Parts: sequence; C-alpha cells; structure tokens
Amino acid sequence: MFRKLILITTIILFSALSANAGSDGELIIKKNQPTEIKDCFEPLNRVTFSFNQALDGILFQPVASAYRVLPSPVKTGVSNSLDNLSTLVTIPNNILQGELRKAGVNSGRFIINTTVGILGFIDVAQHLGFPEYEKEDYGQSLATMGVGPGCYLVLPVLGPSTVRDATASAINLIGGDAWYNVTVANDTQHFTDFDYYASRVTSGIDFRAKNYDAIENLEKNSIDFYASVKSLYLQDRQQKILNTNKIIETQDDSDWEEIETQ
Amino acid sequence: MRFKKFLLVLVCYTLTFSNSYSIEPDVFVQSTVNRASNILSKDISKEEKINELKLIAKETVDIRGVGFYSLGSARKNLDKNQKIKYSELFESYFLKSFSSRLAEYTNPEIEVYSKKVLSENYTIVNSLLIGTSNRPEVKIDWRIYTKDPNNPLVRDLIIEGLSLARTQKEEFSSILNSNNGDINALFKTLEEFSNK
Repeated sequence: MFRKLILITTIILFSALSANAGSDGELIIKKNQPTEIKDCFEPLNRVTFSFNQALDGILFQPVASAYRVLPSPVKTGVSNSLDNLSTLVTIPNNILQGELRKAGVNSGRFIINTTVGILGFIDVAQHLGFPEYEKEDYGQSLATMGVGPGCYLVLPVLGPSTVRDATASAINLIGGDAWYNVTVANDTQHFTDFDYYASRVTSGIDFRAKNYDAIENLEKNSIDFYASVKSLYLQDRQQKILNTNKIIETQDDSDWEEIETQ
Repeated sequence: MRFKKFLLVLVCYTLTFSNSYSIEPDVFVQSTVNRASNILSKDISKEEKINELKLIAKETVDIRGVGFYSLGSARKNLDKNQKIKYSELFESYFLKSFSSRLAEYTNPEIEVYSKKVLSENYTIVNSLLIGTSNRPEVKIDWRIYTKDPNNPLVRDLIIEGLSLARTQKEEFSSILNSNNGDINALFKTLEEFSNK
C-alpha cells in the first residue's frame, strides 16, 4: 500500500512539473472559473441530483434536523473531531502543494488535538493561537499543479464534483488517507471499517446541519436549484484552490463595468 | 463687494451641502443592515416584515443593474420593449426572492468591519453575521456601486466568498440554455416565481 502511495505521489509530482511549465496563478483562476467548466453530462447529472435530493429528504434532512437540537458543545466537539481526522488528508496535500510550513503546522495541530484535545474533540491548537485551519484535498493539489477540472459531475450520495476532483478523491482509497488506511484498508486491532464509514456519514450530517437554513432557503427561492448548487459549488472550489475567500481576486469585473444605471 | 461675499457664501454652502450628503459605503451598509434588523426583530407578521423589507430593498439595491448583470450576454439581444418587460419582471422576482430569504432570519446581528475601494464605481464592504447556537459566523461582503457617491447602491452580496449575483446569473443562463436562448422562457419562469 505504501509503495502504491509513493508511486502515485511520484506520478503527481512529475505531472505537476510538466503542467507547471505553462501554468501560473492567472491560468489556474481561468481554468477553474465556474463559467469555463462545462456541464457535459447535464441530463445524467440532473437525474443524479434529483436522486440526491430525494435521499436528502428521506435521510439527511431529518437526521440533520435532529442533530441541530444537540447541545452546542457536543456539535462543536463532533465537528472538531471530523476536522481533526481530515488533517490526515490535508497534511500530504500541503506537501504536494509545496506548503511545507503549513504541513508542519497541521501536523502539530493533529498531534496536540488528538492527545490533549481528546481525539480532536477540543480544538486546543486554536486556543494556543494556531492559524485558522484550511482543508486541502487531492483535487485541490492537482488544480494547483495546473490540472483542469474537466466536466462538472454530480455523484450519487456525495453530490457535486468535477471529473478531476472525483478522480483525485480515489487517491484517498489507495493509500492517500491515513484514516482510511487504519480502518478499512488494513486490519488493525484498534479500528474497524465501521469507524471510517460512520465518520463519513457523520461528516455529511454535520455539513447538512451547519448549512440547514441556507440550503432550505436556497431551494425555496431558486428558479433552478440544480444551477444554483452547481454555481455555488464551483465558486467554492475556485476559492479553495486559490486558498482565498476574497471575491475580488477571482471575480471578473468587466461584466459589472458594462452595467450603467446611474 | 456684497455680491462677491454672496458668491463666496454660496460656493461654501454648496460645497458643504454636497459633502454632507456624500455617504460612505460602510456607513451606508451598516445603516441598511440596522434598518433591516429593526424590521426583523419587530413583533409583526411575516407578511408585514416582507413588505417593509421590500421597501428597503427598493431604496438600497440597484435592482435594474443586478437584473441586467444576471442576464449576462443575453441582455445585448433584447429590444426596447423586452428590456422594459424584463426589468418589471425581474424587479418583482427579485423583491420576492430577496425579502423571503431575509424574512427567515430573526434579529440578525451584522457588524461592518472594513472596506476596500475597487474603483471609482465599486467598493467592497466587509461585514460579519454574528453566529448563534444554530448557525456559524458568516462573512458577508457587499459590492457597493458608488458611481453616484450621494446615492450608493448594493449590487451584490458575497457570502463566504460566494457571489449571489453570479449564482443568479448562472441560474438564468441555465434556463436560457435549456430553452435554446428563448427569453420568453425566462420571462415565464420569473412570472411563475413571482405569482406562486
């Protein structure tokens, strides 16, 4: 398994070197502009989207609704634990993106939160003044290396993605996620498959609960809910790839400049 | 001499007058937010809240500008009558959508903390929606159209880096694309939304 990971990392690094030859910040912005990403599988995506909506109505929405009434410290603790597990994917991606300092900081964060923070339940690192945590994944790493997103894709259960991001997430299953390795991939005495899948489902519920009102509101007030979700997802991905939440850095102002009403 | 004095006073008065009416974008946002917040915390029905919020939106949002932005390149193909019809339909769609979204919140606390001038016409005002036990803290940036500094107008809300105007534009584009660019299909959708 470790050999596989090394092999994949090497391939990614080599493809990055060749991709970087012609890529810079502006090219990454352009490649990941929501308007530049084609919806090649739109009919199929819309069917999958409807399926996901139905599943949400039957499962995620009611469970998230119940989850929301839990006491705040419990919800914060669960959310912290899930973030802590995600650092196991973030750290290798910090390295792949050349952010060695961040990799160091996140390693420190993981060690402190897992031990002093009781399996990540308490974000001790934040209280110690560590910088705000930013999740990274293999899709973002490929993007920073100049790999384009490909077509927009809606995955069953998992939701919106792109061909690049969906493909890259497979790296988690072949050695790129230490949490997967110790739960599902390898038969350790401490964890079982259940631990991994439970953490993934809880992560989905936590996300749904955090965005409960926003999602309900968006659905109620959209004239094309599918298009709204697609736009928001692709904008969010673009921000994450650039590690910024400043719209001014990503939004093309030329369209606004044409509109004269005063 | 007297006439000169009169002119001087007139010039000073005009300058003072015009300056006193120029509104800083961050002050404008904070005051708009406070007005909306007052309405949302009032003990009145949801319908009444929606009606009052619509009045604020009409005064403070550049609805016509947002409408034409949302239409994207399709706006170039509209004739004069279609533009008038679109502006009317968009306004009722926007007011309904905007006020219903806002009416869901009870007593939201928003703090304006900084601003960045992008150009003569645009300033981004940064604010924070204070978190509650059910909702995390949310960053909200406001794109303010400042071409007329005496009458700044909101053109976009950017929530955690996600632009609502851009989302709306892509929604409209999706409807146009799935109807071979037929503007009447968009008119019909907007009408249906406003009447539901």
